[in-house]
Amino acid sequence: MNLREHGRMALRMMLLIREFEQRLKGFADEKLIRGSTHPSVGMEAVAVGVSMALGPNDCIASNHRGHAHCLARGADPGRTLAEIFGRADGYCKGKGGSMHIGVQELGILGTNGIVGAGIGLATGAALAASVSNRNEVAVAYFGDGGSNQGVLAESMNLAAIWKLPVIFVCENNHYAQSSAIERMFAQPQISQRGPAYGVPSVDVDGMDVAAVYDAAEAAVTRARSQGGPTLIVADTYRFLGHMADDTQMYRALVEVDEWRGKCPIDRLANTLTAAGLLSDQERNEMSAEAKREVDDAEHMARQSPVPSAQWAFTDVDTWQAAEGVVA
Amino acid sequence: MSVVAAAAVDVSQAAAGSRPVPMWRALNAALRDAMSADASVFVMGEDLTRWGTGGGIYGVTKGLLEQFGAARVRDTPISEEAIVAAAVGAAARGVRPVVEIMYSDFMLLAMDAIVNQAAKARYMFGGQFQIPLVIRTNGGSGIGKAAQHSQSLETLFAHIPGLEVVVPGTPADAYGLMLSAIASPNPTIFLEHKALYNERGVVASEPIPLGRASVVRGGKDVTVIATQLMRKRVLEAAEILAAEQIEIEVVDPRTLYPLDMETIAASVTRTGRVLIAHEAPLLYGFGAELAAQLASRLWRSLKAPPQRLGGARTPIPYAEDLEKRVIPDVAAVVSAVRGLVKS
Repeated sequence: MNLREHGRMALRMMLLIREFEQRLKGFADEKLIRGSTHPSVGMEAVAVGVSMALGPNDCIASNHRGHAHCLARGADPGRTLAEIFGRADGYCKGKGGSMHIGVQELGILGTNGIVGAGIGLATGAALAASVSNRNEVAVAYFGDGGSNQGVLAESMNLAAIWKLPVIFVCENNHYAQSSAIERMFAQPQISQRGPAYGVPSVDVDGMDVAAVYDAAEAAVTRARSQGGPTLIVADTYRFLGHMADDTQMYRALVEVDEWRGKCPIDRLANTLTAAGLLSDQERNEMSAEAKREVDDAEHMARQSPVPSAQWAFTDVDTWQAAEGVVA
Repeated sequence: MSVVAAAAVDVSQAAAGSRPVPMWRALNAALRDAMSADASVFVMGEDLTRWGTGGGIYGVTKGLLEQFGAARVRDTPISEEAIVAAAVGAAARGVRPVVEIMYSDFMLLAMDAIVNQAAKARYMFGGQFQIPLVIRTNGGSGIGKAAQHSQSLETLFAHIPGLEVVVPGTPADAYGLMLSAIASPNPTIFLEHKALYNERGVVASEPIPLGRASVVRGGKDVTVIATQLMRKRVLEAAEILAAEQIEIEVVDPRTLYPLDMETIAASVTRTGRVLIAHEAPLLYGFGAELAAQLASRLWRSLKAPPQRLGGARTPIPYAEDLEKRVIPDVAAVVSAVRGLVKS
């Protein structure tokens, strides 16, 4: 990553995601959010670094912890939050919620409630590009947990034999809900799985947005030149619980503190400052700007009406009438 | 022109016309015609191009590789979950995959992609995405394929909001419904029947809309509703019953969703008596759904309670003598109709 060219953009987006995600707990306490929401505080560098390497016609398939992927891909924070609130102005009319945010015009094939499912969908998006000779790349985001779904093995093999332009991005945040990688992997270096299927693989520091970007850019270049898939395993960490009501008895606070010391936002800001590319005042202004932007998003989402009652019955297929036919 | 390509042309010409063709050729012609008409249609599945004389386990994809090339006719690894998931992702990005799953039993390996992804995408995302996906597979018993290659799973899929379920029983229906399934913006489960691939019939060249039942045989005494192999047995039973002056009207729904209740109800209104026969286990089968709907809609027109025939609540056994026992046969249909007429 050329820090002079891209550093501030990356910082701005990471600050926005951090501000957005940190407010969710309060919204849940306020009962503005139903069901489950999964914040990715601490993991911002992966979504931002990967997204900055993509072009406008590329696409992504995300997972249950996917707000950051959507925002980094250019989703409007207000419409994203409105969807998380289940409101009419949400991207999916309030019918999807946090785990089902899709944005057709941005090539976001959805956050996803099924762990690992986006891996197959992104592979298919790459297949569509291949079948129709479009020079597009697809990204699948999944975690260490998703790595243990069989669909990763099947999809890597499929993508490798067909040289599909897909990038498998594993965000290894060390815990699948409450299950530490040490307990769920006999061989925890996930990047070793790629070469077994003929997929070039790389480990990257997921707390370093520049490193993530560089890895993603190399993978995009490979994909666009018919070189096939890449597996990127980003070592990262979620600072908050799996979801709002997580007791976190499965990990030590000292471990969380240690990872907080590797904060990807501080790291980039300090790097930029050291390089003379960012003053303290500018950094404060950028933080304030992120707060304002999320204030606006919050305002929009709070003001957005509840969905029209008849929407409960629309969009199932092209047969079902709007008023909700039983047959 | 290679031998294979010459054979392919012969298949295509054989499809539409006055000469009866087997079901597999009708399906082959539908795929060929759909792929010729729309460059975004492609097929993938296990062993589609090099098995037997080239063309999948029952020949349906024969000659497609030679005509359309390897980008649009893809042999896949044995990875049902990834195959279907990839098809869903591809469909969401604007192409029209036609996936072959070798036996419907193998669909169970891909249920997340079918049920959680394909069926729900349009709704969950507020109508932004459509998934114009066809999954072709074959179900049903009758040829000794035993427990894990012979199930009738149509009700499983018909129960899922967002899926279309097509169950063609003749070459003409197979051809016409396949064209409509491929053109449909909704994900479609296209269930062929493994015992019917060599059934012959004349094929028209027009699509048949989904959601239109077919009155296969007219009759005034009893309406019998059946698809695929049971439809064939019901038509045999009709001849036996006709000799006894019992005239049954045979209605084939052809698609379980969308379901043409109007045609079905109109027939049952005329006859006042109805039997629904299917291979799938009787308990919770689509016969129960039809019987319930007909009973509640046509209570005053019915001369007898709706009756059902279905498979036993067993896996499909291997030995021929056992297999015959768990699926309703012609005699069972005849007996059930006689009982209805007497009541």
